[in-house]
Amino acid sequence: MPVDRQYRVPLPALAVASLICITVSLVIVFFVAPNDAVLGFSQKIFYFHVSIAFTAYACFAVGAWKAFRLLWKRDPRADLESYVAVHQGVIFGVLVLITGSIWAKYSWGHWWVWSEDELVLFLVLFLFYCAYFMLRFSVDAGPQRENFSAVYALFGVVLVPVSFLAIRLAKPFLHPEIFTRHGANLGGWMLVAYLVTQPSVLLLAYTLYRVELSGKRLDLRLRELRLA
Amino acid sequence: MSTGEKYVTAAYCVIFAVVLAYVVLIALKLQRLEREVDELERRERPAAEDDERETVHVG
Repeated sequence: MPVDRQYRVPLPALAVASLICITVSLVIVFFVAPNDAVLGFSQKIFYFHVSIAFTAYACFAVGAWKAFRLLWKRDPRADLESYVAVHQGVIFGVLVLITGSIWAKYSWGHWWVWSEDELVLFLVLFLFYCAYFMLRFSVDAGPQRENFSAVYALFGVVLVPVSFLAIRLAKPFLHPEIFTRHGANLGGWMLVAYLVTQPSVLLLAYTLYRVELSGKRLDLRLRELRLA
Repeated sequence: MSTGEKYVTAAYCVIFAVVLAYVVLIALKLQRLEREVDELERRERPAAEDDERETVHVG
């Protein structure tokens, strides 16, 4: 079975679409959406911080789905796809921690608050996925490494809903709760700005996923050609 | 918008512009490399088939 996969949308088209979507998001966030009444201009980081956080969760979920496909269908493409998705998730995880810390310093006066369950659980999730790479590269390439990595990625995804729900279960909390059971605590252009930024960041993450996957597959194909 | 806010906006725009420019350039480069590897594989395949044909002994 081929290791390569044919995609309908070519990579340059995806990259240009990401460029357009992110540009539109930046325009809406900075020039159309009003400043928050309490937090003022600093609240603008919310649109990127939350979008990046959901994107990191999505990447981990994709990594787990591909891992599941590897274990279930023995799809030879799934191992690399799972690895790349987890890698993207960790990159976006770093961005969540950086943007969150900047926002926390401005809003709460601290870079990090250890008593906040939401923050600590996200850090646990992030470190769990960092350890994925230690496990993966401690085993020689082959079916054993594929199985170990897949099982680990599947276990890790259980932490995603825990991290997501912690903010709703933990009280008292400093971390703002934007999306509740009664809807979003945002209105008008603020909600529009978030609804445009979220898919734009997801599209950017998907483009980066395809870029990394394409590079790794090219590397494999060149190695096979050298051996031929 | 105050001067500080303008700087923050500019910082966001510059960071995203750099990331997106990198993504577009690397996507174009990868597509070109894929085409070249496809070409190499096409060239290599008939040669490998010829080699196989030569090594077959009949009778």
